[in-house]
Amino acid sequence: MTPRQMTVDGNEAVASVAHRLSETIAIYPITPSSPMAELCDEWAVHGKPNIWGNIPDVAQMQSEAGAAGAVHGALQAGALSTTFTASQGLLLMIPNLYKIAGELTAFCMHVAARTVATHALSIFGDHSDVMACRQTGLALLCSGSVQEAHDLAAIGHAATLKARVPLIHFFDGFRTSHEVQKIDALSDDDLRFLIDEKAIAEHRARALTPDQPVLRGTAQNPDAFFQAREACNPYYARCPGLVQAEMDRFAARTGRRYRLFDYVGHPAAERVIVLMGSGAEVAQEAVDWLCSRGEKVGLLKVRLYRPFASGAFIEALPATVKSIAVLDRTKEPGAIGEPLYQDVLTAFCEARQDGGTAIPRIVGGRYGLSSKEFDPAMVRAVFEELSKPRPKNHFTIGIVDDVTHTSLSWDRSFDLESPGRVQAVFYGLGADGTVGANKNSIKIIGEETEHSAQGYFVYDSKKSGAMTISHLRFGPGPIRSSYLIKQASFVGIHQFQFVEKLDVLELAAPGAVVLLNAPYPKDQVWQHLPKEMQQTITEKQLKLYVIDAYQVAREAGMGGRINAIMQTCFFAISGILPREEAIDKIKRAIEKTYGKKGAEVVRRNFAAVDAALANLHLLDPIPAMNGAKNRPPLIAENAPDFVKRVTAVMLTNHGDLLPVSAFPVDGTWPTGTTKWEKRNIALEIPVWEKSLCIQCNKCALVCPHAAIRAKEYPDSELANAPKDFQWMAFKAPGVSGRSYTIQVAPEDCTGCTLCVEVCPAKDKSNPKHKALNMASQLPLRDKERKNYEFFLQLPEVDRTSVRLEVKGSQFLEPLFEYSGACSGCGETPYLKLLSQLFGDRLLIANATGCSSIYGGNLPTTPYSKNAQGRGPAWSNSLFEDNAEFGYGFRLAIDSHRQQARHLLRELQSELGPPLVQELLDSDQSTEAGILAQRARVELLKQRLKPTNEKSRTLLLLADYLVKKSVWLVGGDGWAYDIGFGGVDHVLSTNRDINILVLDTEVYSNTGGQQSKATPLGAAAKFAAAGKAAAKKDLGLMAMGYRTVYVGRVAFGAKDAQTVKTFLEAESYQGPSLIIAYSHCIAHGYDLAQGLDQQRRAVESAVWPLYRFDPRRIAVGEPPLKLDSGPPKLKVKEYMQEEARFRITEHLDPERYKQLLRWAQKDTEQRYAVYEQLSKIVVPQIADIPDTRPPPVDSKDS
Amino acid sequence: MNLATRYLGLTLRHPFFPGASPLADDLDTVRKLEDAGAAAIVMRSLFEEQISQEQMAMHQYTDFHRECFAEAASFFPEPEEYRLGPDAYLEQLQQIKRAVDVPVIASLNGTTLSGWIEYARHFEKAGADALELNIYVVAAAPGVSSVDLENRTIELVKAVKQMVKIPLAVKLTPYYTSLAHFAGRLESAGADGLVLFNRLFQTEIDVDALEVRRSLRLSQSTELPVRLRWLGILSPQFSGSLAVSGGVHTAADAARAIMTGAHGVQMVSALLSSGPSYLAQVIKDFTNWMEEHEYTSIDQLRGALSLKTCPDPSAYERANYMLLLQSWRPLNDQRRGRF
Repeated sequence: MTPRQMTVDGNEAVASVAHRLSETIAIYPITPSSPMAELCDEWAVHGKPNIWGNIPDVAQMQSEAGAAGAVHGALQAGALSTTFTASQGLLLMIPNLYKIAGELTAFCMHVAARTVATHALSIFGDHSDVMACRQTGLALLCSGSVQEAHDLAAIGHAATLKARVPLIHFFDGFRTSHEVQKIDALSDDDLRFLIDEKAIAEHRARALTPDQPVLRGTAQNPDAFFQAREACNPYYARCPGLVQAEMDRFAARTGRRYRLFDYVGHPAAERVIVLMGSGAEVAQEAVDWLCSRGEKVGLLKVRLYRPFASGAFIEALPATVKSIAVLDRTKEPGAIGEPLYQDVLTAFCEARQDGGTAIPRIVGGRYGLSSKEFDPAMVRAVFEELSKPRPKNHFTIGIVDDVTHTSLSWDRSFDLESPGRVQAVFYGLGADGTVGANKNSIKIIGEETEHSAQGYFVYDSKKSGAMTISHLRFGPGPIRSSYLIKQASFVGIHQFQFVEKLDVLELAAPGAVVLLNAPYPKDQVWQHLPKEMQQTITEKQLKLYVIDAYQVAREAGMGGRINAIMQTCFFAISGILPREEAIDKIKRAIEKTYGKKGAEVVRRNFAAVDAALANLHLLDPIPAMNGAKNRPPLIAENAPDFVKRVTAVMLTNHGDLLPVSAFPVDGTWPTGTTKWEKRNIALEIPVWEKSLCIQCNKCALVCPHAAIRAKEYPDSELANAPKDFQWMAFKAPGVSGRSYTIQVAPEDCTGCTLCVEVCPAKDKSNPKHKALNMASQLPLRDKERKNYEFFLQLPEVDRTSVRLEVKGSQFLEPLFEYSGACSGCGETPYLKLLSQLFGDRLLIANATGCSSIYGGNLPTTPYSKNAQGRGPAWSNSLFEDNAEFGYGFRLAIDSHRQQARHLLRELQSELGPPLVQELLDSDQSTEAGILAQRARVELLKQRLKPTNEKSRTLLLLADYLVKKSVWLVGGDGWAYDIGFGGVDHVLSTNRDINILVLDTEVYSNTGGQQSKATPLGAAAKFAAAGKAAAKKDLGLMAMGYRTVYVGRVAFGAKDAQTVKTFLEAESYQGPSLIIAYSHCIAHGYDLAQGLDQQRRAVESAVWPLYRFDPRRIAVGEPPLKLDSGPPKLKVKEYMQEEARFRITEHLDPERYKQLLRWAQKDTEQRYAVYEQLSKIVVPQIADIPDTRPPPVDSKDS
Repeated sequence: MNLATRYLGLTLRHPFFPGASPLADDLDTVRKLEDAGAAAIVMRSLFEEQISQEQMAMHQYTDFHRECFAEAASFFPEPEEYRLGPDAYLEQLQQIKRAVDVPVIASLNGTTLSGWIEYARHFEKAGADALELNIYVVAAAPGVSSVDLENRTIELVKAVKQMVKIPLAVKLTPYYTSLAHFAGRLESAGADGLVLFNRLFQTEIDVDALEVRRSLRLSQSTELPVRLRWLGILSPQFSGSLAVSGGVHTAADAARAIMTGAHGVQMVSALLSSGPSYLAQVIKDFTNWMEEHEYTSIDQLRGALSLKTCPDPSAYERANYMLLLQSWRPLNDQRRGRF
């Protein structure tokens, strides 16, 4: 029987098996494994059963540690259970994995292998996470392609039941988990054939049940533990054989044969590469090509890495092998070699000791860390190295290591030819739907033709204006090319702005077809192309098609959505399918994808498809070069050296070319580099109409990207102002001779319009016109760039003279600017404010999530420095540990400060008692106080002579005498879920730390999974039907300590309260917690309306504003102050504006009504509770003064 | 006492029923309305424009952020099936049909001819007993003449009438240049009835915020006279059914509407403010009034004070103007002014 084929990515291929072979699934989101969990959850919601006809119970936990615990419990109670994870998530599971293995539990889990964070976080793929599990006792089974991932997932589930050795099935994160391929699908019958009912019965028989009670998890003593630990040995000895037996049964059923170690290549190979994962697919391509040219080379693919079957390994190799390169996709600093290399060496050594054959020369190498490209040219270079009499050991391939010279060189121009294969590359913008359309094209081609199809998608690190590059291959025969396309026969450029920024034709093969979306008439496109592009088109003799897809989309009522239009053009030009057939398929796909979303959506998409071809034009002949301008430089000439040498290279997508020496050795990176990346992503920017401006500075406060700023400065500064620079007299009581300017950063603005939305100043005769109005960016760009440059060099305000409220705060220099956050982001205005208020003495510990990604994802960094070189020091440790990590900052700072104070006293006589006393007694509760202390510290440094150890030490520590502000920043996923234990612990101490929770009410960064902050009724991933539990009241829990400052803010509803809360929290000498409403794209509405929606949240009492200040207890006032009134709106009026709630409504209107009623009740009850609390005065106890025990850091004073 | 009336070809126990409103959104309320004696149920209008916009908005806000970022291929769960605006409406229609024994009238406001037709057919298929076409146009475009607007409405009535077999009422606004003429055209186009009148959102001017806002306040009895006038004028000439909508709060209001020619009396604001059971009170009051005034049937009452049968037809044609004249002109001038 011909198997059913499906075109899916690796995650779906695996999830489709895991879901059908599991009864319980415990999950937690982590890239790149999240889609597996999400799919199982969705399938469960849709009622998709497992092979036994039951719907798996999918449960989201608070962390991977929680998921592993839940799985462990489910397994112990006899269920067939699975989970999915990667990277740090897998590391969090390790303690339970030991237990699961130690108890010989049949269990198969699936890992999209991802880099473990070291000097930096990386979401991409390598084997460092699974290698950290070698010691747990779980078997490790590796897949190298989407088909293999599908197949070995099934084999894994079958084998573990037989072997009782639990198993991690892993495959390369992104390269396999996110690669789309056409594969043969396993049917339910196939799975039933594979799974042994008897083994299931045995698993069930081992379940903990009071009907047959036993005890597991004993504590054993020296007399017993060792022997008991060795008792499992027979199971591990049998395991490889049982896995092979399952592979053989699988082959008998499907015809697809796997072995513990699969050898391919010349039967008498002399040089062999050993590796596992997707790299093996690449290596096979290269080996086939080399063998076809007569080279005696081969490849050994490792499938079952643990338990490592040495005998099978050696048997699988040709006896002729003389040299072996073992490639590891991981790095173990300090080890003799990486793990697979060491295993191969040991296997040969042991075989030799037992009288086996001679040991060939074996070298180890590292490749592909963090999804670094690994292509046939690199494989070829490794084989060439193996030809040498003394091949390099412990080499690297794929990078240039000019420091320790580990790297092998390779021919970057080498590429394998693939006759009959279409290789297409598409440059798109995230929001234009290019990737979705390409996934759809792969499905169409995969399912409608005999061709194989492959798709892989590269995203940039920005959340706004993000570029996507799609790599699609179609053609006869299997596609093993698990690497990016080097020579494209088709290049689609879906956004015209890319031609100004990048060499978008770099990958175009000679004679390739290029499809360009250009906002110009056909006969004007050429003149708008940069010179380099015209030259490439001419020299490579490219065929250029143009279309104004945005015009077509607008006319079809599709706004900026051009995906269907460009997809239609691609099919029409490429000829992969007959044109009419292709259009029919596209329309069918549209109907399938969007039909459930409404007839109007389908109708407009159809209209776009129908209009596409009439607007598609071939530029024939290609016009002559016409003296067009060169592509402008990406980085300004005056950029710092590092930015020019390193950042600029990364910005041109050529970071792969940077050698090791270009990088800091420990992950330390300069701040303030976003300013050099002029992204120009806004089509429209705000223009200041000074005649209407009331100087409220609200525009600057709400700007998520610090791209609109306010300054007041002496009139005299205007002497050299550019002619178009705008200013007005600064209005303040008793102030004269000062000017005021609102200035936009034209190239950094993302065009979100929040500043215009918040602007309260309207033209009285034409209220549509405000003090800020959006206008087309292009005509303003040059003029405003000059104005902005001038604006930046105007003097910063004297911090000691600023009144710290909304207006005043916005005269303070933002030290968080132009981040890669979404356009209109609801989180970043808080961080910007934080940087303005305390930036020059600020340390931030940032939990992993959106804020760590836009805060620290290369190539550029948004945290910056002031003219004195001070600014936020920022670090991201992990997701789960952020509270503890930041707490550590506080411990260190307090320690430094104590030591400095101690030394001050010791050195008092030589430094002068008055200065020492002032330094010790300084009041730093105001900006003036801090400035005065900085001056004292400078004086101290001048007086300190580094003649003795104490003086030298004090010199090092002197700056800690100035107050430092420690902030622990993260999202709700961190604070409510995975990091709650740490947050709670830190709150329980009396240390001066501040926690800022940017509450988007979902895991935003990983794609909108529910957290305990998700409100009632909201549809989120893992709560697809709408969350049925109310939002956890983190603030109320923290108030329970009575020693924690707690504030709840929403800057869009009451900005003054937000500023006040930040100031109070920071001034409180103990733990503070601010929970900040952060509107988010995961809420599902136009973020330009984010401020209005914040207002609705507050007015409906869904988000009451309050400040709980323990300092009020001592003065006999109620510590809780409510800053927002009783509900003015119904909760429904808030909820109906957001897609996350409307999805729930659309899914089941009746249930939604119930949830709505519940939400209303819950909201009113909560508000009533707050209202009561706000009237409660904490009673004073007679004879015991309300003085808290002194904080640890004040023990010397 | 025979209160039975024929409305859109349907026999109703009496003329009183709730007009198009959120009252029919909730099944419990619908049952309460039936318990209170509602002779029919009119559902709220399904707005094609709103459905289209909502579909596109949901599409934009849930799909446009897909595949933008390596860590998040999407931000929302993907339900296998959505219940979109029309689906929920049709389900509600079916549920109401199952829940009550009285006729159920669906209401529709379309933006495209195909939309009107498509939804009308859906309603019929889902079991609606009649259809109310809610014609709601603010003629703000200077390039569109009154004739154009009227022609469009006529076209759509014809088109819908051709496609469905259930009776069709057209709910109008009072803002037509020649409503009497237009009513005749609607009748020729196939309208089985007219509902007088739609109440439009009103504009509210916020002088502090410099903003214009929409608002819809509950009706008052003071809004009734304009309806009574047109009921009185149209009832002699329009052979189909007429219903009053807007301003009926008491039995006396209802009596006035029926006396000027209404077959059906739709109530919304009074029921929204006083609850569904208030309908029973109005019916009871009306019955008492009928008895007190010794009417034996609705037919006897209906149209008694229409343009054709009322003692002073000029009261319909120039009533307000005449009253003004009366207040400051001598009596003989007033007589001379009559024509």
